[in-house]
Amino acid sequence: MSLELDQVRWVAHLSRLELSEQELSSLGGQLASIVKYVDQLRAVNTEGVEPMAHALDLVNVLRDDAIVPSLPVSEALANAPARVGDHFAVPAVLD
Amino acid sequence: MSSAHNALVRLSASELVGKLQKGEVRSVDLAQAFIASCDKNEPAIQAFLHLDRQAILDAAEHSDSRRKAGEKLGPLAGLPIAIKDNMCQKGVPTTCASKILKGFKPPYSATVVERLQAAGAVPFGKTNLDEFAMGSSTENSAYQTTRNPWDTTRIPGGSSGGSAAAVAGCLAPLSLGSDTGGSIRQPASLCGIVGLKPTYGLISRYGLVAFASSLDQIGPFSHDVTGSALLLQALAGHDPRDTTCVNQPVPDYLADLDKPLAGLRVGVAREFFGEGLDSQVEKAVRAALDVYKSQGATIVDVSLPTSPHAVATYYLVATAEASSNLARFDGVRYGHRTERKGNLIEQYSRSRGEGFGAEVKRRIMLGTYALSSGYIDAYYLQSLKVRRLILQDFEKIFSQCDVLAGPTAPTAAFKVGEKSSDPLAMYLSDIYTISCNLAGISGISIPCGFTDNGLPIGLQLQGPQFAESKLLRAARMHEKATDWHTRRPALVG
Repeated sequence: MSLELDQVRWVAHLSRLELSEQELSSLGGQLASIVKYVDQLRAVNTEGVEPMAHALDLVNVLRDDAIVPSLPVSEALANAPARVGDHFAVPAVLD
Repeated sequence: MSSAHNALVRLSASELVGKLQKGEVRSVDLAQAFIASCDKNEPAIQAFLHLDRQAILDAAEHSDSRRKAGEKLGPLAGLPIAIKDNMCQKGVPTTCASKILKGFKPPYSATVVERLQAAGAVPFGKTNLDEFAMGSSTENSAYQTTRNPWDTTRIPGGSSGGSAAAVAGCLAPLSLGSDTGGSIRQPASLCGIVGLKPTYGLISRYGLVAFASSLDQIGPFSHDVTGSALLLQALAGHDPRDTTCVNQPVPDYLADLDKPLAGLRVGVAREFFGEGLDSQVEKAVRAALDVYKSQGATIVDVSLPTSPHAVATYYLVATAEASSNLARFDGVRYGHRTERKGNLIEQYSRSRGEGFGAEVKRRIMLGTYALSSGYIDAYYLQSLKVRRLILQDFEKIFSQCDVLAGPTAPTAAFKVGEKSSDPLAMYLSDIYTISCNLAGISGISIPCGFTDNGLPIGLQLQGPQFAESKLLRAARMHEKATDWHTRRPALVG
């Protein structure tokens, strides 16, 4: 399995990572060798085996629907790179 | 550093707790001793990303005044404990050794940090790690490369390399690490100390910056087994803020710690003694097995046939989870935001492209690829099926023995730079530790010898889920019969 540059570019887009041409080519090579290594799993017989997403048999936990204190706005915004009033500022999403 | 300070920093955590409780030393004395030790050796070791000496002295003074006033104090009262910098401490910089979190100060503390403070401990700085805990050498930190206190031309292991080096170098008596594929046990082994990865779900992950949520687990580093048991006791137990943290009673890990286990069955998996294992490491591990035999334990030959597939399985499961978890770093609510103007998607991509280092990008890309349309069945789902086969291997093994013994890492500490250009070679240094996380079981690394050139070697013991009491007791049996845990690196003085 080799990774074409276009494919690497597509995965970078899905990952929301802007990469330089140099990064695209070096990452492409490294990913190709890692993918080649993990390809060994294709040969493992897993017929009838249930996928295991988690190590424990846990059930969902719900808490009581009670009002508890939440983070004050000033603290929630304290690490914001940009803000407008009591909001996080981002580039316009709608025209 | 004064000789009194030097004598203090060499002691184990339980010895220091004893001295504090008897009034032989004050918390301030300890804080000063460990700060003096940092002044002397931190420039060479570089274990810490953040160390606020005044805050440490203030917390120690506060502890002493509470003790003087006769207040009821916790089991760790006055003891300095270093914290890996992927755990949030309110108001204290928490970077995950990433540029993307430079300057981030969490508005809340992780449950483990709250529990340390409730037990009376003095938080002693934030330690270096591979960026977002992704790595096996601590070379992937965006800020500095931590050095192994036994040989500063070598790596301390990773990803919790700062926490391991801090304890090994006597810069702190205890520390917290996190283990996703060996990130506590492997650096413990390479630094000649004890490191415990508890069962998945035993300790709350609330406030631990997530790497791979189904594998991550917080655990202790210490010079000896008692220190890890002491710290585990303070951390373990249900937390309503982490739904994967189990709600069941926590045993007393210290009560029977010194009592040897009668009829102990020690499993040895033949797959752990194959190609790639350094001969000196093998010799030390086999000598450790003889220690168990001499105490009446039975050695049981077992097999972990899925072992050759563990690294591949891990690098699909862990990266898939990481690609999803790290989506939160988008430069909107906290963390680095690009200066370049663009639309929202460009802002995300540029902030992340600028903020993440090479290994993190590599893993996000691999995980995204494994989850992408057309590949998810062949890669992600297949890895989850092999994961179940690995768990079934362990279930079979633990029906035949109580603990599984073997090397923690295939070699002793390697040189800085030796493997940093070959990601796959680096991944393979976790070959013996990775299955444990996939199965969610418990594992510990304890010192079991040194190579000819003075580098520590670790013995790994693994046990079933929630079998920490037995695991710690088994580890203690070896420790009582040997003196590896009493050695300190030459630079400590």
